[in-house]
Amino acid sequence: MTAPTFDLGKLHGGLRLTANKSSSTATPILDMPIPEQLVLPITQHVGDPAHPVVGIGERVLKGQLLAESDSALGAPVHASSSGKVIAIEPWPVSRRNGDTAPCIIIESDGADKPIERAESAPDFTTLEPDVLLTQILHGGIVGLGGAVFPTAQKLMQARTCELSYLILNGVECEPYISCDDMLMRERAAEIISGAEILMHALQLDVCYIVVESDKPEALHTLGDVLAELHDKRIILKQVPSIYPSGGEDQLVQLVTNREVPSGGLPTDAGCLVQNVGTAAAIHDWVIDHEPLISRIITITGDGVASPMNVRARIGTTVADAINFTGGYTERAEQLIIGGLMTGRSVTTDRVPLVKASNCVLVLSETPSPGAEMPCIRCGNCADVCPVQLLPQQLFWYACADDERKLREFGLTDCIECGCCDLVCPSHIPLTFDFRMAKGRIRELADEKARAARARKRFEARNERLDLEQSKRDSELALQKKSVKQAGPAAIAEILKRKRQQDEED
Amino acid sequence: MDFPHREAPYVGPKADVAALMLQVLAALVPAALAHIWFFGPGFLFNLLVAAIFAAAGEIVMLRLRSRQAETGLSDFSALVTAALLAFALPSLTPWWVTASGALFAIVIAKHLYGGLGFNIFNPAMAGYVMILVAFPVHLNLWVAPRMGDIDYQTLTMLQTLQFTLTGLLPDSISFDAISRATPLDAMKAGLNNMQTVTEIKALPIMGSIGGRGWEWVGIFLAVGGIWLLIKRIIRWQIPAGVGIGLLLPATIIYILDPGANPGPGFHLFGGGAILCAFFIATDPVSAASSPKGRFVFGLGVGLLIYAIRRWGSYSDGVAFAILIMNMSVPAIDYLTRPHIVGHDDKAERH
Amino acid sequence: MLTAILTIATIALIAGLALSLAARKLPYDENALVEQVNDLLPQTQCAQCGYPGCRPYAAAIVEGTAAINLCPPGGEETVRRLADLLGKDIKPLVGATQPAVAVIDEALCIGCTHCRNACPVDAIIGAHQFMHTVIASECTGCELCVAPCPVDCISMRSLT
Repeated sequence: MTAPTFDLGKLHGGLRLTANKSSSTATPILDMPIPEQLVLPITQHVGDPAHPVVGIGERVLKGQLLAESDSALGAPVHASSSGKVIAIEPWPVSRRNGDTAPCIIIESDGADKPIERAESAPDFTTLEPDVLLTQILHGGIVGLGGAVFPTAQKLMQARTCELSYLILNGVECEPYISCDDMLMRERAAEIISGAEILMHALQLDVCYIVVESDKPEALHTLGDVLAELHDKRIILKQVPSIYPSGGEDQLVQLVTNREVPSGGLPTDAGCLVQNVGTAAAIHDWVIDHEPLISRIITITGDGVASPMNVRARIGTTVADAINFTGGYTERAEQLIIGGLMTGRSVTTDRVPLVKASNCVLVLSETPSPGAEMPCIRCGNCADVCPVQLLPQQLFWYACADDERKLREFGLTDCIECGCCDLVCPSHIPLTFDFRMAKGRIRELADEKARAARARKRFEARNERLDLEQSKRDSELALQKKSVKQAGPAAIAEILKRKRQQDEED
Repeated sequence: MDFPHREAPYVGPKADVAALMLQVLAALVPAALAHIWFFGPGFLFNLLVAAIFAAAGEIVMLRLRSRQAETGLSDFSALVTAALLAFALPSLTPWWVTASGALFAIVIAKHLYGGLGFNIFNPAMAGYVMILVAFPVHLNLWVAPRMGDIDYQTLTMLQTLQFTLTGLLPDSISFDAISRATPLDAMKAGLNNMQTVTEIKALPIMGSIGGRGWEWVGIFLAVGGIWLLIKRIIRWQIPAGVGIGLLLPATIIYILDPGANPGPGFHLFGGGAILCAFFIATDPVSAASSPKGRFVFGLGVGLLIYAIRRWGSYSDGVAFAILIMNMSVPAIDYLTRPHIVGHDDKAERH
Repeated sequence: MLTAILTIATIALIAGLALSLAARKLPYDENALVEQVNDLLPQTQCAQCGYPGCRPYAAAIVEGTAAINLCPPGGEETVRRLADLLGKDIKPLVGATQPAVAVIDEALCIGCTHCRNACPVDAIIGAHQFMHTVIASECTGCELCVAPCPVDCISMRSLT
């Protein structure tokens, strides 16, 4: 069953990129065995850091709560398998490109014994949405598209808005990454079940599952499951394979023809977007009581011997994962967690796979682009920018540190997709420059605010001192006047008293 | 295993400035060959002299600015400037006129404004205007086109070279025998003399649409330009703008008074209109950079070309039109900023 | 040709003279320029430049009696921005400071109010013979409070 493609909005720009996904989608998902050591970063979400609730030496079971955050924006971390906590210490993590962050290190015992659960949870359709959301919070579910925003909080915020659509993001437009494709091929039923749970939580009636047209098997499988289900509320949509249509704001525009306001969220445009992986994770938790302790990851690139998709426990190190798939080739030069355009270049393979890791990409030497030349204002970058910015203007203003112009021309709306870099004939590293400029804008704004405050306090102080001085002056003038009026006798008296005092000292 | 750290994206750009410039030069080759066929080898010598002096100017200025001379030359932008200058000049231009034009273009119009990417004015046009104003007589040495029925004499390659270098013709040949005015010159002179367009178009110098020989050069230039459009080296907005800006008033005024005004076809194939539309106005550095802005820029160029041709004292207004519109580019860019997704333009821009 | 060259050269000479005369003699809005220069200074009010505050230094720069490279808290960045604004050459910075805040050791403080009175932005609070403390978020790191303390209980802590 092919999906209808009408009603699509228009996305400006974007590029058709070589997908490089065929080698990793040739074989079904392999389940990776539990590694000897699991390294679990305490914070695997956007928001305030979590804190551990277990101690060193403690024995833990699969699915047991290891860390939770007490602030409003956070998500818990669960043990990916049973074993003993042997350390809680800094360990290299991909979030910091190889620098360290606090991690809980578990030596697995191989038994994979799950934690006892209360008897089966009630049917989710009988639960109030708020109760359902609290339940989702306890599952450690975060956005698996890469943003790792705590899902429960995202849904809670969405409930305060006027929503029209739930959109499941199966687009996966970035080269090399194919984990969502394989998920849709093999676990379509779970994804759709997750969609139903989400629709109940949000009280929505329309859900679009959006898939790119270069994924015929996924479209086929999803279509079959939907046909059997007869749920008219869930609609499969096909979009052309253009990078970066998978970005949240871009997807909203493409599917509903609405623009997400600058600085706003898709909920401002009446849409909630969730990755298909997140939907499947919600199903696993709400229906099967398994918290987020594993995910599908694409191991690929010409630096690995056998590209494939694996289902790995969260906390498996990249080194273990690559070993399992057959190791590196001789040409392994660059390790990237993520995709070709927006991934993180990581300095060591000791980093663990976390909830955000959708792809391990090992490349042979990336060719150096050649010397950077001045911008010739060709406008290629503006042609491909999905947000319709003018990167050539942003570049001039970034070089000039012109904070006001950078804001005016929309630097904060840049999604750092990297399309402009690819088409620049002068080989200017635009995305990197914009990232730096965004940091610079924040820095400059902070500096300005501080300087303004210091100036106000300085001027206030000067006013205060001036006031005190003028008070003293007027008092002195009054004294002088009264002394003069009193007459020379009084002055002589005062002088005599003063002489006496001096003699006494 | 350890790895180096790099910044995203992890794939290199496919485009390249040198490749861009070379493709522009390639698009000029058919027209260059047509030029040489119809008007003799003078074009080649102009190109050579312009290229040598442009390169020399580039090297000297880059050294003075403490930059790498090789990087500057290897992007071929100086060569493109030289080629466009050569197309604008008559075949028999003396070498020192071409040389000063090329030097002015590269040294003053390009490097003194900041070098590649920073110049406000199109260097080739700035150079052309400078020598047009400084050496007007020498810029009238147009050769008659090769056509069987015109009464003229051709110069051999050696004779052309001799004239270019020394300004001397062989004794047997007089200047009047080898040169003719351009079609635009002839049209302007004829109209000033109260001749009708039909009469002027009967002159042997005139071809079917534009001038003899010139219309062929124009056709090959258009072919090259369309090839550049297909390869997306240039975008359609500027050529379309120039075309409409030039042909719309030309058509209207021709319809109103056909006797005293040449038609749109003549305007299109006469002078440097096609060269301007596809190769000169599309210079990315000095043109506007938003899509709407580009169209407005092209439109302005076309309108100014027509205005100067019709009411000005110069027979062709391409160079001045370009320079005037170059000056308005910052304003055009500011006023034609595209809508940013998610921004409320009304709220922000008022 | 010679007349042409001479004429153009003479016109250029006269125009140049006229411009430099105008630059020197014609009045311009000094205050606006002083404001602009003051906006670029970090407002530390530390007097390390030799002037009692940022505005007096700004006025001196505009007057021409002070160089633009005398502000250590502003750093090289401020020198560059001042050079850009005023069309002057960039000079190397005289002295450099690390960003820092003042900290009072409460155990030693005797409540003498000397440091409180010295602070140009009133970032120290405390009454006579009561404990003093520095409001860290408002401290500009100017170090004017360190010297007046009779018991050496106030020191600078680097922010880097």
